[in-house]
Amino acid sequence: MRIGIIGKAGLASLLALGIWASIWGSASAGTLDDIKARGVLHCGTGPGLAGFSLPSSSGEWIGFDVDFCRAIAAAIFGDPKAVKFTPLTAQERFTALQSGEVDVLSRNTTWTFSRDVNLGLEFAGVTYYDGQGFLVREDLGVKAAGDLDGARICIDSGTTTELNLADYFRTHGLEFDSVIVKGADDARSNYDAESCDSYTTDVSGLASIRASLPDPENHIILDEVISKEPLGLIVRHGDSEWGDVVRWVRNAVILAEELGINSGNVEKMSASSNPEVRRLLGTEGDFGSQLGLEKEWAARTIRLVGNYGEIFERNVGKDTELGLERGLNALWNNGGILFAPPMR
Amino acid sequence: MSEMYRAGEHPDLPPPVETSGVRRWLRANLFSSVLSSLTTLVLAGFILWILKSALIWGMLEADFFGASFRDCASAGACWAVASARFPQYWFGFFYPSAQYWRPLLAFALLSVAVAPWLSESIKYRRELKIFSLFYPLIALLLLYGGAGLAIVETDRWGGFLLTLVIGVVGIVASLPIGILLALGRRSEMPVVRTLCVVFIEIVRGVPLITVLFTASVLLPLFLPDGMSFNKLLRVLIMVSLFASAYMAEIVRGGLAAIPPGQEEAARAMGLGYWQTMGLIVLPQALRIVIPGIVSSFIGLFKDTSLVAIVGLYDLLGLTQAILKETGWMGVKIEAYVFIGAIFWICCFSMSRYAKHLEEKLKRGHV
Repeated sequence: MRIGIIGKAGLASLLALGIWASIWGSASAGTLDDIKARGVLHCGTGPGLAGFSLPSSSGEWIGFDVDFCRAIAAAIFGDPKAVKFTPLTAQERFTALQSGEVDVLSRNTTWTFSRDVNLGLEFAGVTYYDGQGFLVREDLGVKAAGDLDGARICIDSGTTTELNLADYFRTHGLEFDSVIVKGADDARSNYDAESCDSYTTDVSGLASIRASLPDPENHIILDEVISKEPLGLIVRHGDSEWGDVVRWVRNAVILAEELGINSGNVEKMSASSNPEVRRLLGTEGDFGSQLGLEKEWAARTIRLVGNYGEIFERNVGKDTELGLERGLNALWNNGGILFAPPMR
Repeated sequence: MSEMYRAGEHPDLPPPVETSGVRRWLRANLFSSVLSSLTTLVLAGFILWILKSALIWGMLEADFFGASFRDCASAGACWAVASARFPQYWFGFFYPSAQYWRPLLAFALLSVAVAPWLSESIKYRRELKIFSLFYPLIALLLLYGGAGLAIVETDRWGGFLLTLVIGVVGIVASLPIGILLALGRRSEMPVVRTLCVVFIEIVRGVPLITVLFTASVLLPLFLPDGMSFNKLLRVLIMVSLFASAYMAEIVRGGLAAIPPGQEEAARAMGLGYWQTMGLIVLPQALRIVIPGIVSSFIGLFKDTSLVAIVGLYDLLGLTQAILKETGWMGVKIEAYVFIGAIFWICCFSMSRYAKHLEEKLKRGHV
């Protein structure tokens, strides 16, 4: 068989492409090694959500989701600033993770079956338990969602919140008038103009709407939630070691709160006699090296970023504009469902 | 007393008052009949009322400074949304403030680089034209860094800077590529012609949003693992190719308007293809399509705001992110009016310049 010169050139370039692709392929064999080699964590976050991820007026990323990226960077490098943030829209977030543009996604993403299974992603733990709630004016006298019978409710069209609301009201035999709105802006102006008695979306979203009203103190978010929205950290399928690092950074900040370790007392606590504290802070055992990190990985994270409670209170807690209660996000032994497996 | 003039030397006198001047113009255009006068009065009243409301809202009762909408106590506009983050509107959220002089210098040099192409009467035109050829490199060096300047990654660029970068790169790249595509589409070589037709028709058949989504969502999946390719560069390439396809069709319109005799005459004089096109056909064709070219530029400049949907903080993306803050969530009208004004100034200047150019290049025979 004769192969012309063009054919030879074509084969050669295909071969070259193959070698090149395999070099690139092998370069990303271990995500953690890649991150260490490049010296910076690539973290995908939201392009703008009050309390969770926002560019501040001083040109820094701030927020709850952002702090989890910083916590991971602190565990790897001991430097919470060694993060390159990529703001991702809802449509591009999963592709950016799949294609390797970001190493981890910390972007208000609900853990669902289809995302976990179909998209080739791995949820490395829940950082925030959100749920669909109701914002009402305090003088309405509504205490629970059951009191909203016959109310006019502002609802985003074409979202799952619409279905949740309809289901909830039907199962409870209640009636409501829906006022269809388009997005948070529209919801805010309708609610502010009293075109509806209540607005329903995820509680974190309600809190930012409430904070933007002229009189936030006259509005309450009902304690009841009608859906589960576990928001978490996401990594790619196929690199379980990297998934472990992300999962245990999340666990470490929760364990730290449980054990009473915070950014202020972490030095003192490392001298503690409590074996669990000693294992977490690296004074006993070699948990860090098993993850591929240094011995004091968790201690650095806690010192530089804080424990879960500190991250929560700093970004979305009672003293911030959002003013969110811990609620479900309180520790399991304190009325919430926030839980991390033991470290041993 | 009347002066004496020799025959034919009497100076032109102004026309009688009744046929010129403000009163004459008013009467002819605004008050020619009862109905016309009535319309004029109603419309004038309406315009004055709008202007008055705008003035009260935007100036007299407005607040200009503050840290959130709560500092805007008066009834009018809350311009604090623009002033509180003023530098960020120009350079983006993350451009280091110590380096602001670099984009500022780049803006200033841009006007120097553009001037010799816009005006014929400028001094040192030749030298400036040579400078403008090097301008892209200088701008890249200033904005991105290198050669002693600190590196500022492109993901830190934003605001007006990013809008201008995308707009200018798109405009500068689309004209030459568009001309080549237009010539290719009229070429007698079947392969070249087919390629150009296919490219132009595919790109024109797809909305820019789709093209940008492809660049930011699909393209990374086709690239080898771990290879990421600068997002801004992806967007710049897509915007340039997109604008080129439209430009090609505008230029083709101009080429079609040139009588074939021009080309035949040039050939008869022994000019080759490129000489014929470059010296005879294109100068005439481009002059005809100036309005089309400029409106394509203006459209492109405004289309740059679409990059907000792929997560770039251009003027629009940046404004949307600011409006997500609880302190500014309710002041979207002011924020959008502010960036709308920036876009308007840019587009209006382009349009005025095109008008000037058309008048300058006006030839009786076309």
